Amino acid sequence: MPVITMREALNQAMREEMERDDSVFLMGEEVGHYQGAYKISQGLLDQFSERRVVDTPIAELGFSGVGVGAAMCGLRPVIEYMSFNFSLVAIDQIINAAAKIYQMSAGQFHVPIVFRGPSGPAKQVSSQHSQCFEAVYANVPGLKVALPSTPYDAKGLLKTAIRDDNPVVFMENELLYGAQGEVPEDEYTVPFGKGDIKREGKHVTLVAWSKAVHTCLDAAEVLAEEHGIEAEVLDPRTLRPLDEQLIVDSVTKTGRCVVVEYGWPNAGYGAEIAYRVQRGCLDYLDAPIERVTSDDVPMPYAANLEEEVQPQVKDVVAAVKKVLYLA
Amino acid sequence: MSTPDSVRVDPIDEQPPPTTKDELLPLFRQMLAIRRLEEAAAKAYSQGKIGGFLHLVIGQEAVCSGAVGALEPDDYVVATYREHGHAYAKGIPARPIMAEMYGKKTGLVKGLGGSMHLFDKDTHFLGGHGIVGGHVPIAVGSAFKCKYRDEKRVTLCFFGDGSATIGGFAEGIALAALWKLPVVFICENNQYSMGTPLHRSLAETDISKRALAHNMARDRFDGDDVIKVKRRIGEAVERARETGEPTLVEILTYRYRGHSMSDPGLYRSKEEVAEWRQRDPVRLARDRLAEEFSVPEDELKAIETEVKEEIADAVRFSEESEPADEYFPYVIKE
Repeated sequence: MPVITMREALNQAMREEMERDDSVFLMGEEVGHYQGAYKISQGLLDQFSERRVVDTPIAELGFSGVGVGAAMCGLRPVIEYMSFNFSLVAIDQIINAAAKIYQMSAGQFHVPIVFRGPSGPAKQVSSQHSQCFEAVYANVPGLKVALPSTPYDAKGLLKTAIRDDNPVVFMENELLYGAQGEVPEDEYTVPFGKGDIKREGKHVTLVAWSKAVHTCLDAAEVLAEEHGIEAEVLDPRTLRPLDEQLIVDSVTKTGRCVVVEYGWPNAGYGAEIAYRVQRGCLDYLDAPIERVTSDDVPMPYAANLEEEVQPQVKDVVAAVKKVLYLA
Repeated sequence: MSTPDSVRVDPIDEQPPPTTKDELLPLFRQMLAIRRLEEAAAKAYSQGKIGGFLHLVIGQEAVCSGAVGALEPDDYVVATYREHGHAYAKGIPARPIMAEMYGKKTGLVKGLGGSMHLFDKDTHFLGGHGIVGGHVPIAVGSAFKCKYRDEKRVTLCFFGDGSATIGGFAEGIALAALWKLPVVFICENNQYSMGTPLHRSLAETDISKRALAHNMARDRFDGDDVIKVKRRIGEAVERARETGEPTLVEILTYRYRGHSMSDPGLYRSKEEVAEWRQRDPVRLARDRLAEEFSVPEDELKAIETEVKEEIADAVRFSEESEPADEYFPYVIKE
């Protein structure tokens, strides 16, 4: 199986979906002639022309709304944000329009649109460019929210997102764009609402998505080598819909659960998972559920502080030891 | 004809464009139906049968009927939360509009949207939007689709003068001009964004001038004569259809009622309102039919009776309809 980067996987997903369906188009800042701020759309302009790879001025509210209107009228827009931080100036279109029109029109108009781009802290881009908004969007009925952690998932989930008849918030991670992984050459999709066990274990369940999956996999290595603890790493891949059953089944097996995310602690998505775990398998829990998050602060610039604010392998290890009463 | 708090408009004695009885009569009937529909809604609201916000278009009917009257059936309309009249003009019957306001199962959107969120796929009515200016880019998206698919269809986007200060309007018209999309932006300048007169919102109160920043065609006129509205919007619609170019049109108009039912309109003088009522678009059309086309009084009365019954029927239908009963099926499309 070929090994490619997540960047290439996302590119393949868009290319293939644009080849199979003329109603799919890509719109955003620098997606065309510049070939994408992060080169996700490399080569698409040459193949599909300006009709379907549409460079925009800096106007997220405007072009997100154009996407919503086009989707209502039968097209399938993929709206790229150079960063999900910029989705905040378009959030009216995502929450007040895209997420509600199917309901407001009593099912007459649906909005098949993908809002995608990098999300989460990168490297030293400080507070306004280092944030996680999955908890915000996952709070909204009418939206679906996907956050791939591997090239395989990225390609399969993006193809599903583009084919979905609902608005999908598709959050990538800049630091994972170069991550490599096996991706089949044959056609496949990854369904929404189906999580994936990234590493099997029996002592504790680590629930994580996007970059936090890799933090957890690194922690699981340390736990196995240094402490003899077998951690199960579970990636729900989509937060809305959420594969609650997979999480509950895993925690029922392990009896312990740590949720790891790069977002802030207060009202973070991990709190929702913790609630669902206690609801689903309280009798099987051998310890209170722990959460590992970023600190409750806007992101500082200095590299050492930035690292300190975010979940690190040692934080995950410490949380696991706590739920195992080893701390 | 102006007051310190309102913009200057063309003199009332300006000659209206030529028309025929066949053209004017149905427009008169439609405007009257919109007026009666709104009055019935206001009554039901005061009886507690309609809830939430209710924004009436009374006084602005010539804009609804004249502008939509310039369209082909396949063209799109995107409107604000003050949209009952535009919906009716686009061909949505009074029954489902009224039943929607009543929150009934038989409502246009099954009691899920209410007064502010009318949508109708059959007549290409794309809402019914409650966030000021947020729908302007959506209308541009509809026009984007028409260009993408090489369809000769036009989108009309209605909004108020209150939209002219918000980003959705600014970005929406900029993209339409940049990409040359077949959309007509219609600013219904009723001179107040809720209770704030335009001169306290904008340094330049001629909203149509915004088009100049984008090399976009523009037009600006008063909107009391339905035929005038139809002709002028017709020019913009033709421009959109033939060349794909957008137009920003500002129509000076006036709402006789408050911003919504909860607004007594204390920020306007009685004299100002009375002055505008002199230019009542429904009465102007009726007078012209009687005077220029010699339509007999009993024929006009018959129309009025017919309209009265149509709206009474819509009210009865709404009263008798089953309550709304479902909301889960329309969150996510399976």
